Amino acid sequence: MAADKKYRVVGTRPIRHDGVDKVTGEARYGADIHLPGMLHGKALRSPHAHARVLKIDTSKAEAHPDVKAVITGVDLPQVADKVQDLGEMVVNLKDESNRVLATGKVLYEGHPVAALAAADPHTAEEALKLIEVEYEPLPPVLDVRKAIEPDAPLLNPNQGAADGKPSNLARHFRHERGNIERGFAEADEVIEREFITSMIHQGYIELQNGTAHITPDGRLTIWCSSQGAFSIRDQVANICSIPLSMIKVVPMEIGGGFGGKTGVYLEPLAALLAKKSRKPVKMTMTRAEVLTATGPTSGSYIKCKMGAKKDGTLTAAHVELFYEAGAFPGSPVGAASGTCLAPFKLDNVRIDGYDIVVNKPRTGAYRAPGATNAAFATEGVVSELAHQIGMDPILFRQKNAVQQGDRRADGPLFSKIGHIETLDATAESPHWNEPLEPSSDPAKKRGRGVASGFWFNGAGAATASISVFADGTVSLIEGSADIGGHRASCAMIAAEVLGLNAEDVKPQVGDTDSIGYTSVTGGSSATHKTGWATHEAALKVKAEVVNRAAKMLEVDPDEIEYHEDATITAASKPDAKLTFAQVAARANSTGGPIVGEAGLSTGGAGNAFGTTIVDVEVDIETGKVDILRCTMVQDVGKAIHPSYVEGQMQGGAVQGIGWALSEEYVYSDEGRLLNASLLDYRMPTMLDAPLIETIMVEVANPAHPYGVRGVGEVPIVPPVAAIAEAIYNATGVRMYEAPMNPAYVLSRIQGKA
Amino acid sequence: MAEKRHVQFTVNGDKADVYCAPRESLLEALRDHLYLTGTKEGCNNGNCGACTVQLNDRIVDSCLVLAVECEGDEVLTVEGLADENGLHPVQQAFLEHAALQCGVCTPGFLVASKALLDANPTPTEHELRYFLAGNLCRCTGYDKIVRAVMAAAQTMQENE
Repeated sequence: MAADKKYRVVGTRPIRHDGVDKVTGEARYGADIHLPGMLHGKALRSPHAHARVLKIDTSKAEAHPDVKAVITGVDLPQVADKVQDLGEMVVNLKDESNRVLATGKVLYEGHPVAALAAADPHTAEEALKLIEVEYEPLPPVLDVRKAIEPDAPLLNPNQGAADGKPSNLARHFRHERGNIERGFAEADEVIEREFITSMIHQGYIELQNGTAHITPDGRLTIWCSSQGAFSIRDQVANICSIPLSMIKVVPMEIGGGFGGKTGVYLEPLAALLAKKSRKPVKMTMTRAEVLTATGPTSGSYIKCKMGAKKDGTLTAAHVELFYEAGAFPGSPVGAASGTCLAPFKLDNVRIDGYDIVVNKPRTGAYRAPGATNAAFATEGVVSELAHQIGMDPILFRQKNAVQQGDRRADGPLFSKIGHIETLDATAESPHWNEPLEPSSDPAKKRGRGVASGFWFNGAGAATASISVFADGTVSLIEGSADIGGHRASCAMIAAEVLGLNAEDVKPQVGDTDSIGYTSVTGGSSATHKTGWATHEAALKVKAEVVNRAAKMLEVDPDEIEYHEDATITAASKPDAKLTFAQVAARANSTGGPIVGEAGLSTGGAGNAFGTTIVDVEVDIETGKVDILRCTMVQDVGKAIHPSYVEGQMQGGAVQGIGWALSEEYVYSDEGRLLNASLLDYRMPTMLDAPLIETIMVEVANPAHPYGVRGVGEVPIVPPVAAIAEAIYNATGVRMYEAPMNPAYVLSRIQGKA
Repeated sequence: MAEKRHVQFTVNGDKADVYCAPRESLLEALRDHLYLTGTKEGCNNGNCGACTVQLNDRIVDSCLVLAVECEGDEVLTVEGLADENGLHPVQQAFLEHAALQCGVCTPGFLVASKALLDANPTPTEHELRYFLAGNLCRCTGYDKIVRAVMAAAQTMQENE
């Protein structure tokens, strides 16, 4: 297996190549762009969650001497009703156009209705007040259950349900296998529960931004921070009806995305304003705009019923998933249905998924989209079942764990996976085997919880190009936005193939005109696909170096041996020895520059499983929960750069802690977000999390040259459920809502909820 | 808009002249007037710490300080941490401990961490977390940042 193979560079921990730029302030992010003559754009956003736009009068704003362009929905071209794949979600272009700039109706607070560009950001902001918009407010609907009641206000009267009547239910689907009635009849214990989770945000620290410039011949350049420059190019091309060959997207460093920077928000507006003003236009959101008007992840209502025999065998499961899509269809309920029962071998299963529009921002991808909500429910019921029949929760999961050849609840067969291996590692971990000491304070109750999670992982199209420098080092240009450090991993793979050191490879992310198409950094795919493309490109360089060495040594290329340390010898000339650097120095006179390039569409992403152990302390007088200890166990396939794999596991864990304990969107009845700041939207600070222990289990993905499987997303899946179980073990009270904030936990402890 | 003002202060040891509106923040002066874009904006209301700089002898959220208030002051930003001997130990420790992923919170963390270690060269883990709790990071889960700052403290002690 690839993971058992010994490597020179892969699996070591070199300093990341972009590190010095990022600790010195040199690294350039989207908002760091300054162009000569640049204007600043701002969007006017709806104060209403649901309203008809009766009239927009921009004349006063247009008359302002420092305002150089104003746009409204009528400036957007009419686009076709067709779908586009954004990597982690599929969207309808007409909806996308309406989402970027509303026409007719506004569907959530913060929905853009107009935008303008002015000489500086403050003037732009003040000039927004000169745009007069007449609204006819409509009743909003904010809750998935209310949204599908017969008399609910309709967001889109043209959206039809199965019976032909208009409905906020955009889609219902069912996965079914076996016979759940028979399965539940076979069970000794059946538990059915309901779970509610709040809408929450990715919380990337860098604000959304986009800068656009159009030359008089119509060539559009966009600088932005996104998870995929090519996808941004294609979205802008579609929404603005510009041929994609006329658009160049320059990927700036990205300050966090977690799925939230795959769709366009500002780029089309900046492009239209740049076209109108004939000047570069930069747009940057405020934090309030980011929270109110960029895709968070769905809140959800989930019903889960599962049955098990006394020996711990699961017999049946029925999961009903009601997910908020936000203002337009496209919640991650499909992914939720594929993940929620994935860890369990089950013959009788029914999963119902409901994608429901409500007057909130259209949801976007967030780290294993949809999976965390669903795991909160399924893992919670599994925890109750294990407790009910008196079985250790890890043993219960081991007994029901899927492995290669088993069928996932929603259909596909598992290839090589490491779920059982991670459960075994969990059971053997120091954390699981060390007792949790009780607190000396009688008001503080401690408990330990465990839960597992699954994520599919993605693959996709990727390109890498390697050029050899005369001094024996190489440059690597690749097309994936670098969000968690995969640039270093790709450089390490190139170094591994060529016998170089990681430091001898200079990686950079190319713009859309300088490197081949590469799909978004999403689905935990970047190291998998772009690492693979890099591997192929490096093999081409190696083959060419062999040819050149043969020329230099005047032997047949078949005689050449390329050693691990990048020295090159020929069998018939035992005294002659070349180095990679010597061949590189002579490249131009032995046939020209040495370049290797590879573009490919990978398959075989290799699924990810992870398990979390967490210790909590609950203050039963206040309901506050503190995390005392947390261990993340995960099948990582092969860790190319273990530090950044650990980083994904630790980052996902703490996002999970935030989801579990403090993060939520709080809306007024009118649909206004009441906590649109980072003071009131509570992400974990350094004081809210302990050090996060990591256990990397390496079950190589046989489909990948290095055994890589995606590692970025699955860590966020189990923590919420694990924390809920830990609170139960501390207090004896089960948790059915997230966030489990002090008010909720206290109300449960006091028996009020 | 109110009339612009001329403000003079020192940034990373160099004299800086800024001509700005009274409402503009120190963060805007640094980024938009002096093109020192290493200091980042994450919230513009003092909640995330990405714009942390040292103003004279204390650290501030530069989004909450008006540039016109900085007349004659000394400002230290991330661009001023490295010197002729190379990276500051805190910068080096962030690299060696993989304490950054996207890097956008990093400048604020570095300036704050340096201030912590200047004031308290041997912080406990809790003191460190308490001091840096005003800086949000969404990528790392803080683990490697905590370890990096502890390691930097040790390096600085050894270099004493």
